[in-house]
Amino acid sequence: MEYAQATGLLGNVWLLVAIPLASAALLLLLGRRADRWGHWLGVLAPAASFVLGLVLFAQLSGLENKSVELSLWDFIDVFSFKVDFGLLYDPLSAIFVLLITGVGSLIHVYAVEYMRHDEGRRRFFGYFNLFVAAMLLLVLGNNYVMLYVGWEGVGLASYLLISFWYTRPAAATAGKKAFLMNRVGDAGFAIAIFAMFAALGTTQYDEVFNGVGALSSGLVLAIGLLLLLGACGKSGQFPLQAWLPDAMEGPTPVSALIHAATMVTAGVYLIARSNPVFSANETLQTVVVSIGALTLVIGCIIGCAKDDIKRVLAWSTVSQIGYMFLGVGLGGGAYALAIVHLLAHGFFKAGLFLGAGSVMHGMHDQTDIRRFGGLAKHMRITWATFGLGWLAIIGMFPFSGFFSKEPIIAAAFEREGWTAWLFGGAALLGAALTAFYMTRLFVLTFHGKPRWTEDIKHPHESPALMTIPLILLAVGSVGAGFLLSTSVPDWLTPVLPEHGEEAHGVLSHTVITILSLLVTVLGAGGAWLLFRNGTQEQEQPAGVLVTAARRNLYADSFNEWVFERPGIYLTRALVFLDNRGIDGLVNGLAAAVGGGSSRLRRTQTGFVRSYAMSILTGALVVTAAFVALQLGWLV
Amino acid sequence: MSSFPYLSVLTVAPLVGALVVAFLPRSRPQLAKVVTLVWSLGILAVTVALWIAFEAGGERLQLRESYPWIPDWGVNFTFAVDGIALVMLMLIAVLVPIVILAAWHEADDSGRSVPVYFALLLALESTMLGVFAAADVFLFYVFFEVMLVPMYFLIGSYGGARRQYAAVKFFLYSLVGGLFMLAAVVGLWVVGGNTFDWQALTQIDMSTGTERWLFLGFFLAFAIKAPFFPFHTWLPDAGGTAPVGAGALLVGILDKVGTFGILRYCLPIFPNASKYFAPLALVLGVIGIIYAALLAVGQNDIKRLVSYTSIAHFGFIGVGIFAFTTQAGTGAVLYMVNHGLATGLLFLVVGMLVARRGSALITDFGGAGKTLPVLAGVLFFAGLASLAMPGTAPFVSEFLVLIGTFTVNKPIAIIATLGIVLAAAYVLWMVQRTVQGTPNPALAEVEGMRHDITLREKVVVAPLIALIILFGFYPKPITDVINPAVQATMQDIGATDPVPTAITEAAK
Repeated sequence: MEYAQATGLLGNVWLLVAIPLASAALLLLLGRRADRWGHWLGVLAPAASFVLGLVLFAQLSGLENKSVELSLWDFIDVFSFKVDFGLLYDPLSAIFVLLITGVGSLIHVYAVEYMRHDEGRRRFFGYFNLFVAAMLLLVLGNNYVMLYVGWEGVGLASYLLISFWYTRPAAATAGKKAFLMNRVGDAGFAIAIFAMFAALGTTQYDEVFNGVGALSSGLVLAIGLLLLLGACGKSGQFPLQAWLPDAMEGPTPVSALIHAATMVTAGVYLIARSNPVFSANETLQTVVVSIGALTLVIGCIIGCAKDDIKRVLAWSTVSQIGYMFLGVGLGGGAYALAIVHLLAHGFFKAGLFLGAGSVMHGMHDQTDIRRFGGLAKHMRITWATFGLGWLAIIGMFPFSGFFSKEPIIAAAFEREGWTAWLFGGAALLGAALTAFYMTRLFVLTFHGKPRWTEDIKHPHESPALMTIPLILLAVGSVGAGFLLSTSVPDWLTPVLPEHGEEAHGVLSHTVITILSLLVTVLGAGGAWLLFRNGTQEQEQPAGVLVTAARRNLYADSFNEWVFERPGIYLTRALVFLDNRGIDGLVNGLAAAVGGGSSRLRRTQTGFVRSYAMSILTGALVVTAAFVALQLGWLV
Repeated sequence: MSSFPYLSVLTVAPLVGALVVAFLPRSRPQLAKVVTLVWSLGILAVTVALWIAFEAGGERLQLRESYPWIPDWGVNFTFAVDGIALVMLMLIAVLVPIVILAAWHEADDSGRSVPVYFALLLALESTMLGVFAAADVFLFYVFFEVMLVPMYFLIGSYGGARRQYAAVKFFLYSLVGGLFMLAAVVGLWVVGGNTFDWQALTQIDMSTGTERWLFLGFFLAFAIKAPFFPFHTWLPDAGGTAPVGAGALLVGILDKVGTFGILRYCLPIFPNASKYFAPLALVLGVIGIIYAALLAVGQNDIKRLVSYTSIAHFGFIGVGIFAFTTQAGTGAVLYMVNHGLATGLLFLVVGMLVARRGSALITDFGGAGKTLPVLAGVLFFAGLASLAMPGTAPFVSEFLVLIGTFTVNKPIAIIATLGIVLAAAYVLWMVQRTVQGTPNPALAEVEGMRHDITLREKVVVAPLIALIILFGFYPKPITDVINPAVQATMQDIGATDPVPTAITEAAK
């Protein structure tokens, strides 16, 4: 594998990153001077990158091998370790560029209105642009170190935006939690890079992929698992899923862009980009599939039990990314299927989150779905667009989720033996549960009788700046699936494995299609029947499973009791030990040398004496050493 | 060959400046400040000229000057620099004017002489430049010890609470280390044929036992100075008590004398002993990374917290030095520079917050970002640099240390990598407890907390931020200078980089 150098118009690919980065720098450095117009600059930057992305996309599709590289400068150059500050523009990164800047621009427009009354709006757009720049760098880097730089960059932007309202303790804590859990994954990712360098002497994509064949299968497994750890951290997959729902403390546009459409899918990108590594080891692929299947079920179960509109959507993100992990883990043609689902999900999930924001906007920032109800009449556009997103995510024909999710379920059934039933079954179960909890969310919010809090009299539809992005994303929810599923796999073939002849799984494709539609209708119908008349306004006592689901299946408690508390006690014990133990020992020694610790603490007079004493002792030591050396004792 | 005696001028000029400033009338503090600042900028200009005169790919030690001092003992004023010393000189020359500007009002209310405070800073600069420029072991030792004197008075006379305790502790600690080194210096003179010349001493043969004992003498002194675990307990006291200007120089530069000493003296002069003790040093380094990071998490005094982060960072530098690969070695030296910039910035911005609040206790803050948004932002940026965020300079050095260590010692590298998680923990928790969260009601009554960053403070932090970002994306100007010196050091100890395993296996 080798990439051609970028020439002509494609030589401008660096501008994709530079434009939002420059805008972010301006917005953050100019301070209040930019308050009046800063948000428009913030919108313009990703929009400009999007337009450029379209132009470059057209250029790229005209090339024979559809991949170009652009080396900007030597990033790190220390003997055999050379890292290029270089970009790779190929079908995979090109399509991500369009997703990030396209959906990103719409969400930026929405945020102009959503953040209108926030005094920190300019700062918000500064961080938002910083995120876009880092995310573009992540997908455009031509080696793993560049990917890592972008990776940490989006983590930083995510932290800044989750804790955007930093005077709220919950927001500050959630930001920190996200950053720390991500760093656990990042440590794994970093070690994977070290291992690549130790084994292959390079971190450039093409050289690593060409060299994978020379590595022992154990080493491939180790590198893959470490990359996977990084991917799980960023994408909120088991066992590092607990930060993502807390990330909803950030403003809703942040949840839509970062914690639904783009950043959290970076783990999927990492695995898809590294497909030569992952395809080289079957055990590794099985681990990825297992994590995907497990996480998608976990996400669904918890999603069913939540009453906060954003948390339900957050857990559904965890679950949908589980489908994507399932896809990239299955390997072969399923890599492309996962990317298709990622893109389709980017549209409908962003739309759902923005819809949720629109609802909150009209309901005094209420997020509890038990206190919504009957909003369809009052927010026609939000209702209609959210409804289309809902149909898309549950995979109803002919909406986009049907075309993107169902093929992954079918691919899971194509595995050999009992694992087909296990993973395919999990994916089907997930589809049923998704239909259930998303229908519950939709019905409780927009239908039935109003259960609003007293202060709300007339919920209102959001202004045009918010509804236009909603409409555009809803159009994507309807049409994107079919278009993407027919065109994207071919477009991606230079990067990802081709979709081969349809394998014969344990069930025929037609049966699976019918089954998945059937469970979807059952799940959705069940929820409709249960919740069409509303629900209790307060939390009700519940059985073991529901209680566990409400508490995120005790993952937070586990982290608290296994990591946080012991960590705090360890820290306290060490502080004590350091002051009393090591330092005590040293002070004791010093006291012995200086003639009593009381003098140590006294002022100048005591010091002079102890200083004299030290000099004397020192002189003795020196003389002794000198004599000893002369006599050869020490030698 | 340049005829200008850069190195002796650099060493003497600050001392002359110190004398001039010290004798300025106490009633005219402003004059003393301006003279000191201008003087330090002049020294920066000379250092820039030195940087230009230095040939990156040329001889190992350049710009050598030698003047007889005590001929009977073979002691000379010999100055010369390699790439490692050069970048440290530049770091000093850049940091000192910044620190002087940051410490502008620091001595105003101390009740003590303002000119003397600034004279001490210049005197400290002289000894710091001298210790890195020396190429004679005895001269190095003298600077190593004399350096303590201005620092002692800076902490002891101008520091915070318990300053006497901290100053004496600092002094005694360093003195004990220095005495071990003195013994080793004398021993080296005996076995080395009565010379203190560094170049000559790298060529001598000694028995295994002698080499190990002498190595330990030097190493102990450097390990205390750096400080490495378990010789670190003086730093939190000294760093926590030192006035901000002196503290920034203490954690920003003085510490590096230890790691520089190891690179310049331990490794080339005692190559076999260095290899013998390397596993021990690696273990101490990695313990330091984890241990100090955990302690930093548990601190309630911001200045002590910064001191502990510094100890953790020195764990990384120690690991990088003793891994004996070019990547780790270059990473360690680069780390020294970046740590000076990043921790210097962190210490200075913490000082700005502490000066406003009148307290260094984290619990006395809380929600300070509300009234001090820009300072909070600078604190956050300095924290990011401290946790080695990509895009800031420390990332490159930490990554180099880790990747270079991984190729030869996987367990050490993996444990050290866990340190990056802990680094995020201590930085973010500190940020959360000081500038985020519900504003502490007590802050409303503190006048200082209502005034965000001043113009002077902006001038202090701006160059550091700019350099941290510049070297975060383009470290080549520094690594190009360091690389040859590190390579020469690796050759001294006979270490070669491992070949990628896939290539060795393919060859079989």
